[in-house]
Amino acid sequence: MTEIFNITLLSLQVSAIATVISLLIGLPVGTWLALGNFRGRSFILSIINTGMALPPVVVGLVVAIMLWRSGPLGSLHLIYTPVAIIIAQTIIAAPVVTGLTAAALEALDPRLQQQLLGLGASRGQMIWYLWREARLPLLAALMAGFGSVISEVGASMMVGGNIRGQTRVLTTAIVLETSKGEFGQALALSTLLLVLTYLINLALTWIQQSGSKK
Amino acid sequence: MIQIRDLVIQRNGIDALRIDSLDIQRGETLTVVGPNGAGKSTLLLALARLIQPASGEIIYDGRSQKQWDELEYRRKISFVFQSPLLMDMSVEQNVALGLTFRGIPKDEISERVGEWMKQLGVGALSKRPAGQLSGGEAQRVSLARAFVLDPELLLLDEPFSALDPPTRAKLFEDLSALLKKDHRTAVFVTHNLNEATKLSQRIAVIVGGMLRQVGTAKQIKTRPADETVAAFLHELPQ
Repeated sequence: MTEIFNITLLSLQVSAIATVISLLIGLPVGTWLALGNFRGRSFILSIINTGMALPPVVVGLVVAIMLWRSGPLGSLHLIYTPVAIIIAQTIIAAPVVTGLTAAALEALDPRLQQQLLGLGASRGQMIWYLWREARLPLLAALMAGFGSVISEVGASMMVGGNIRGQTRVLTTAIVLETSKGEFGQALALSTLLLVLTYLINLALTWIQQSGSKK
Repeated sequence: MIQIRDLVIQRNGIDALRIDSLDIQRGETLTVVGPNGAGKSTLLLALARLIQPASGEIIYDGRSQKQWDELEYRRKISFVFQSPLLMDMSVEQNVALGLTFRGIPKDEISERVGEWMKQLGVGALSKRPAGQLSGGEAQRVSLARAFVLDPELLLLDEPFSALDPPTRAKLFEDLSALLKKDHRTAVFVTHNLNEATKLSQRIAVIVGGMLRQVGTAKQIKTRPADETVAAFLHELPQ
């Protein structure tokens, strides 16, 4: 029971940290892409949009090569640690948050920027109020980012190694139990993962909907 | 108060507006008329420093626009767009927006917002979400949001064009009274020559991206500067 609790806690910690880092990257970059008018913008957006469909196993492979002992970042000794999983999950979630942030801000009336500046907003105030105006789709971006990492297994398996008591998370534990033929255990873990994901999304949806009713 | 000299504004590399010379006096309401796409809104955006001229200059209180700190300059001005563009918040929060940007103390914001909501007839709607307002109510809130800032220069870009005629007439009447009461400096863009005549002594006519004529309604009607002005006046709703 303690082991399942630890696995669940690690899953939540790793995915929450990766989502927060993705938000810290995705919110400013998505805003820059949505509001900017510069050469190469469409190209960068197309790369970000492709990144939204990045297969986790490919991310896992690339991060594993980078962090492998003989790899360029091998000296950091991060392979098969929770930090390695966070790195891989951030690479998976950041394009999702960035792309959806850009889409959320592009969906606003473009004259809103001019209206805010025309009322004396500084650039920072303008961006803050645009985020506020797009808060519901931005929350959806956050939910999509979290959803993309809490449920992935390929990258966590490859860079974490599914080491008991160290890097085993819910998804990798489910794969292990299935490979052992322990379907009951695998189903129980799957149910736990589903319930957790549901509860987190329920809380975010509640925040989102209470925001839309105001 | 404002002198525009040899101004050229470009959009996508093409000249969108050319003005050789135009002065706006303090306390004056200048009305700008012209067909769609003539460059009227471009003039307002340039005055508000929301777009940069390709050449020429706008001199404000004796200093070129570029010499002013950008934020300090923009905070002298309020802009009312054709669409109310209200934020997803209550009426009073919308009216308070510009004051919040300026870091005005809450008590003062509350007092000024209350006063201007009352003046524009939206005091009873203060707690209502902006999304639940009618077109006329929303534009009243938009005007209150601009007036509450007590701007040195008020820019109004066809604020009533989307409203039905009775609502438009009543709002125009109220706006006209407010502008005259405070002798507020304003630039008002409209398609309606009747409104232009009622609101201001001087009217500027912009056609095809060029300022063609500035004068009284009578001067423009009886002695249009060129054929394009005459043709435009002929098509205007009287």
